Amino acid sequence: MSSFAVLVRTEAKLFLREPMAVLWAIAFPPLLLVILGCVPAFRVHQHELGGLRVIDLYVPIMILFVVAMTAVNTLPGAISLYRERGVLRRLATTPMPASRLLLAQVVVNVAVEVLVLLLVVAIGRIGFGVALPRAPLGYLVAFLLVLCAMLALGMMVAAVAPNTKVSNALGMILFFPLMFFAGLWLPVAAMPATLRHIAEFTPSGAATQALGDAAAGSWPGWVHLVVLAGYAVVFGTVAVRSFRWDS
Amino acid sequence: MPVIEVRGLRKTYGEKVAVDDVSFDVAQGEIFGILGPNGAGKTTTVECVSGLRSRDAGTIRVLGADPRAERDQVRRVLGAQLQESALPDKITVVEALKLYASCYREPADWRALVERLGLTDRLRTRYQKLSGGQKQRLAIALALIGRPRIAVLDELTTGLDPQARRDTWNLIEEIRADGVTILLVTHFMEEAARLCDRVAVINAGRLAALDTPDGLVSTVDDSQQIRFRPSKPVDTALLAALPGVTSIRRDGAELLVSGTGNVLAEVVGTLAAAGILAEHLRMDSASLDDAYLALTSNTEGEQ
Repeated sequence: MSSFAVLVRTEAKLFLREPMAVLWAIAFPPLLLVILGCVPAFRVHQHELGGLRVIDLYVPIMILFVVAMTAVNTLPGAISLYRERGVLRRLATTPMPASRLLLAQVVVNVAVEVLVLLLVVAIGRIGFGVALPRAPLGYLVAFLLVLCAMLALGMMVAAVAPNTKVSNALGMILFFPLMFFAGLWLPVAAMPATLRHIAEFTPSGAATQALGDAAAGSWPGWVHLVVLAGYAVVFGTVAVRSFRWDS
Repeated sequence: MPVIEVRGLRKTYGEKVAVDDVSFDVAQGEIFGILGPNGAGKTTTVECVSGLRSRDAGTIRVLGADPRAERDQVRRVLGAQLQESALPDKITVVEALKLYASCYREPADWRALVERLGLTDRLRTRYQKLSGGQKQRLAIALALIGRPRIAVLDELTTGLDPQARRDTWNLIEEIRADGVTILLVTHFMEEAARLCDRVAVINAGRLAALDTPDGLVSTVDDSQQIRFRPSKPVDTALLAALPGVTSIRRDGAELLVSGTGNVLAEVVGTLAAAGILAEHLRMDSASLDDAYLALTSNTEGEQ
């Protein structure tokens, strides 16, 4: 097995050994979808939601939930800890570049995100008749851009936070507004017009809108895709410029 | 050709000069100690040698390669055990070994390594559950897993109990017996005296001395102090006439005799001839501790 494969497998095992990460990132989104789906009112088509049902809107929101949880919380927390503990420095003394460890972390987090996306889409379809994405290619493009934007945000947190405590705090502080604009508490479609416009220019708001559009069958709005790509570039640049390998 | 060659090494962090004009060579198969107070620049020096830090001036060659410009070459021949714990809490011993083995093209057999280091019954144990001594042994195993020709061991025995420390020392001697050159950073005199062939004393970023442990000891004065309780009253003039004795002092019921050379044999012999026993006999002579303190005392404790 190649050294990178060993590294990814080790990082995956370590991820699964964190009960809180497993609970919030893997178990919680499908569970919340099931709970919401059991509320009869959420399975009723609503005129003010453009003929959709609340449960339809919550599939992309749950996807944003796992992406924000892993990319902006678990990932920077783990990387900060690796820096603080000297894991990155130790690896830098071997022939394997320490950057591989960051890449392995990204691979593991993306794997978790894809797994939960499949779970959530499958539960929505089988349990509550949520249609599968009608524009699969657009959905895929939107999802990839969402991943890029959120991973870049997480890497930026890992880069600028001086230690693990600050990194974890920043992750949590970012998580709530991200989920608010994703529509966790109030779906974007049900927000007042001004708030809705603001949401569309946030990473998570643009993300749920792009995923929602593609699920409904149209190509995701260019504005949303450009917003996501823009965040990916800006956050990514800051992350690369300010990343430190030791504390 | 020396295995490690350091010439005029200088490293600054902003205004602070961490290492200034440090030079030394390490020969093949040597255990070379770097000794000094906290913050003296020991770790910075070995980090520059390991290629973890850039230097501001000077040259470093590790088996002929520059640790920064030819980093890959140096990483293949140099194994490092770093000061801080450098593994995730929940990684198991066997996972860490396999992971680090995978970093090298021709790794050592990790099974043989754990057996030798006495970690065989800890393979499935998570890093956080290991004792201090076991963590250090794992760190050594990981430093050796790439079959390095040079092992850098930084503050290896700090925080270990005396037994674990002694076990670790035996281990280092075994590693050297295999032909691995060892660069050992320490602030324990006993460790340096026991293990090192040669020692570089670094103080406030500068090389204060470079010698064998015995050579360092001989640089401080070689006087010895003998303290004993005579079984009968002693005529001190008798002792003062001995060639090795320089001074005699009474301390309650005890006599304190200072001297050089064979002073102990002379004093005991003279007493015996007079039918006097030297009870509670104790002797202090200059040690590496004294040499170290003499070399570093001017700035000791300064940070």
